[in-house]
Amino acid sequence: MDSIVSIAAFYILAAVTVGSAVLVVAFKNLVHSVLVLAISFLGVAGFYLMLNASFIAMVQILVYAGAVCIMVVFGIMLTQQGGMSGSNGFNKQIFASGGVVALLIAVIAYLGVNAGEWQISAKQVPHDTVGNIAVLMLSKYMIPFEVAALLLLVALIGAVVLAKEVKAK
Amino acid sequence: MTLGPIGPSHYIVLSAILFSVGLFGVLVKRNAVSVLICIELMLNAVNLNLIAFSKYITPTEFIGQIFAIFVITVAAAEVGVGLAIIISIYRNKLTVNLDDFDWLKW
Repeated sequence: MDSIVSIAAFYILAAVTVGSAVLVVAFKNLVHSVLVLAISFLGVAGFYLMLNASFIAMVQILVYAGAVCIMVVFGIMLTQQGGMSGSNGFNKQIFASGGVVALLIAVIAYLGVNAGEWQISAKQVPHDTVGNIAVLMLSKYMIPFEVAALLLLVALIGAVVLAKEVKAK
Repeated sequence: MTLGPIGPSHYIVLSAILFSVGLFGVLVKRNAVSVLICIELMLNAVNLNLIAFSKYITPTEFIGQIFAIFVITVAAAEVGVGLAIIISIYRNKLTVNLDDFDWLKW
């Protein structure tokens, strides 16, 4: 990971990810926001590939860049009346929020950079990430895995019940 | 932090920036759907940290990657239910502007 290529890849991916994340907040049109949101998710998937987490990168592309973005677009279509321009405006707290967020970013970055030497492990990530995750999922983390499955089922039923058409009386 | 080899601090600063952009969006946007997608940005920043620590601190144990999968699961459920709630509120109020959601106001 010390080659010049990986360093360049890190900064290019960081520019793409952070730039499109800023555009998500800055765009006035909500549909454009979701488009750049997908680009930001793909940039994060690139970081996962750099971090030897190929399975998570694929899950990121499928679930976030695919499913979540499409679902959000459906949500926008079902809740928007009139035009799309100006559908994503700012409220009055913009300066107070900007101050709070700038403070937060400074504190986290300061603590992260000055945390001292990290105990970086000399080992490498095994190539077979899917196999290792599968073994852990069905042995040590079996109960959280089943609970996550149950959570998805409950969320699905809850979403259907909430969004069901109400009959006019 | 230097331009040298990429380490955990680089990823901490990057995910701090991503998290702060998402938090800013949550605080300042007027559209409820927009707030949901900014929460997704914040969850992505957390996942990035989890996987960076998984690689640099415990590369052979995969704990960070498994937690990232659970975070992605919960995020997907959250988007589904959140959008259903927004659609259901939209039926009552005919708006998704958060300034108009004032039923709980004193």
